[in-house]
Amino acid sequence: MSVTTDATALAERTRRRQFREKIVTHVCLLAGILIFVFPIYLTLIGSTHDVNTIGRGDVPLLPGAEAVANYTQAWGAGGGRYMGTPAGTMLANSLIMALCIAVGKIAISLTSAYAVVFFRFPLRMVFFWLIFITLMLPVEVRIIPTFQVMVDLGLTNTMAGLVIPLIASATATLLFRQFFLTIPDEYVEAAKIDGAGPIRFFIDVVLPLSRTNIAALFVILFIYGWNQYLWPLLIVNDRSLETVVVGLTKMIGTGDQQNEWNVIMATAVFALLPPVAVVVFMQRWFVKGLTETEK
Amino acid sequence: MATLTLRDIKKSFGATHVLHGVDLDVTDGEMIVIVGASGCGKSTLLRIVAGLETETSGEVLIAGQSMKGLEPADRDVAMVFQNYALYPHMSVFQNMAYGLKIRGLPKDQIQHRVDEAAGLLGIGHLLQRKPRELSGGQRQRVAMGRAIVREPKLFLFDEPLSNLDAKLRVELRAEIRRLQRRLGVTSLFVTHDQVEAMTLGDRLVVMNAGRAAQIATPMEIWERPADTYVAGFIGSPSMNLLHATLEAGGAAAILDAGGLRLPFADGPRAGAAGRKLIIGIRPEHLRPGQGGLDVMVELVEPLGGESVLHGKLADGTPLTARLPGARYEDGATQLALPTESLHVFDGETGKRIEAGG
Repeated sequence: MSVTTDATALAERTRRRQFREKIVTHVCLLAGILIFVFPIYLTLIGSTHDVNTIGRGDVPLLPGAEAVANYTQAWGAGGGRYMGTPAGTMLANSLIMALCIAVGKIAISLTSAYAVVFFRFPLRMVFFWLIFITLMLPVEVRIIPTFQVMVDLGLTNTMAGLVIPLIASATATLLFRQFFLTIPDEYVEAAKIDGAGPIRFFIDVVLPLSRTNIAALFVILFIYGWNQYLWPLLIVNDRSLETVVVGLTKMIGTGDQQNEWNVIMATAVFALLPPVAVVVFMQRWFVKGLTETEK
Repeated sequence: MATLTLRDIKKSFGATHVLHGVDLDVTDGEMIVIVGASGCGKSTLLRIVAGLETETSGEVLIAGQSMKGLEPADRDVAMVFQNYALYPHMSVFQNMAYGLKIRGLPKDQIQHRVDEAAGLLGIGHLLQRKPRELSGGQRQRVAMGRAIVREPKLFLFDEPLSNLDAKLRVELRAEIRRLQRRLGVTSLFVTHDQVEAMTLGDRLVVMNAGRAAQIATPMEIWERPADTYVAGFIGSPSMNLLHATLEAGGAAAILDAGGLRLPFADGPRAGAAGRKLIIGIRPEHLRPGQGGLDVMVELVEPLGGESVLHGKLADGTPLTARLPGARYEDGATQLALPTESLHVFDGETGKRIEAGG
């Protein structure tokens, strides 16, 4: 009898403790969401008012009626009185740049990691360490010499000049190398006996096995490319090649004129959408690539 | 189907010598098992035949042709790996067909060969599955199927049963043997398991420290091991090896432990009195009986029909006996050594000494 009572009491205690834990968890999560979501909410709301509402210094918390007008202006004509690159053009530029950087980085690091892991050639480790050492140099350190090289090659104000210097990637090479090292030697040997040469082995075995890693890296590198600021600012001054991240900052004036915050915020919302889309669509792959290996 | 000849194969990795010259002649359709403890070079030898390693010196001939400088794919061999090495992203069918596809075989022929091999192995219903959806035994069958569809001159098995549980191992062992006989393909099979070696091989190569200690049929190796290493390696439990000296005249040995006199049933051995010997006696040849060894039994393992006794001689030398029945107890007992079952080895070199030798 007493045993049953004890057990019931114990179960009740456990239930309460679990309930308390749940509440704590949810409070923490809600706080996090508020901190992250609020600025984005403000941006969204701001993009639906006319220029004077925000200009007065009010911070509206409810949607206004100017959404269609603002977004149409941002997409077609751009903001800022003097410097209007339409958001459509800037988004296209950013998209092309980010895609080229992500795809280029993945292609280059896949092949270089393949060479370093699966082939024995003289100075193999030297090459690996050379790649590794470039990790220590951030883009900013070599930005002036890189700029000089691009000028000499006549690549300023071109998409190629925008993309190529950002393609080399030690990080991705390193990640692929680590992944390739986990591929059992037996696969290589089985392929040798099956008669698959290095290129066939790469295409038929290594690439399919790297699928999830490639997807995860693609997400990270796409956002990396999308968010590039300093290099596009330097290498491009042709309006038709402006990227959205650079364009956004240029829209915010230096103080001698009123900022068209409504259009700026509409452009910011446009700038958010492609990375969000990439993350949402590739989320399944992304998580898989970071957590599990198919073996 | 082909013969295989190894001529004085040597291999070193830098300063480490792994193989010290191995010679082997394999006739058409023969199943050779290479057996030895880990690190004896047995896998290296197999990989040299496959072309995955290059011999430092010596020569591999398949069907009489030198394989010098030939890639694994050009040697027309098929290999079954210990961890199966099935490509995880391909279905069973694709795994089996991959080698044929690369060789550019027409589709209908690939289909035909894969179906045939799958039927032979009883994996026809698994063809569309991925390797991760298969059990260990099924994966091993697929790995064998991949070798069979190639219709190679030579099968190479690199410890293919080591990752399976004991029951499956016994089943697949018999199956491999049946298949190999039926297909008649010359095969090399590497294992560290002496039971596998005894049951599978037409002939065994017992490897020890980079050398072939003995190449012979399983029964020959069991009955007349070439040295103490082979004697201790083949047979379970291991053969008892007791130190002894030669009696004047060479007609008997005197055991170091207890001074028991053991006359040689098959004739005298050469050498001066006092020559150091090692006397080998298999645990199953010992019998309870008077006038033999005084043994202090420390542990009895009843196996049902028989028992394994672990004990020590007067000077502390361990001794194992396998006796019929199950009525044994710890404590002092006497075991007889039937003189016709004795093996005589040289005390220094460990080599077998035959009567008159």
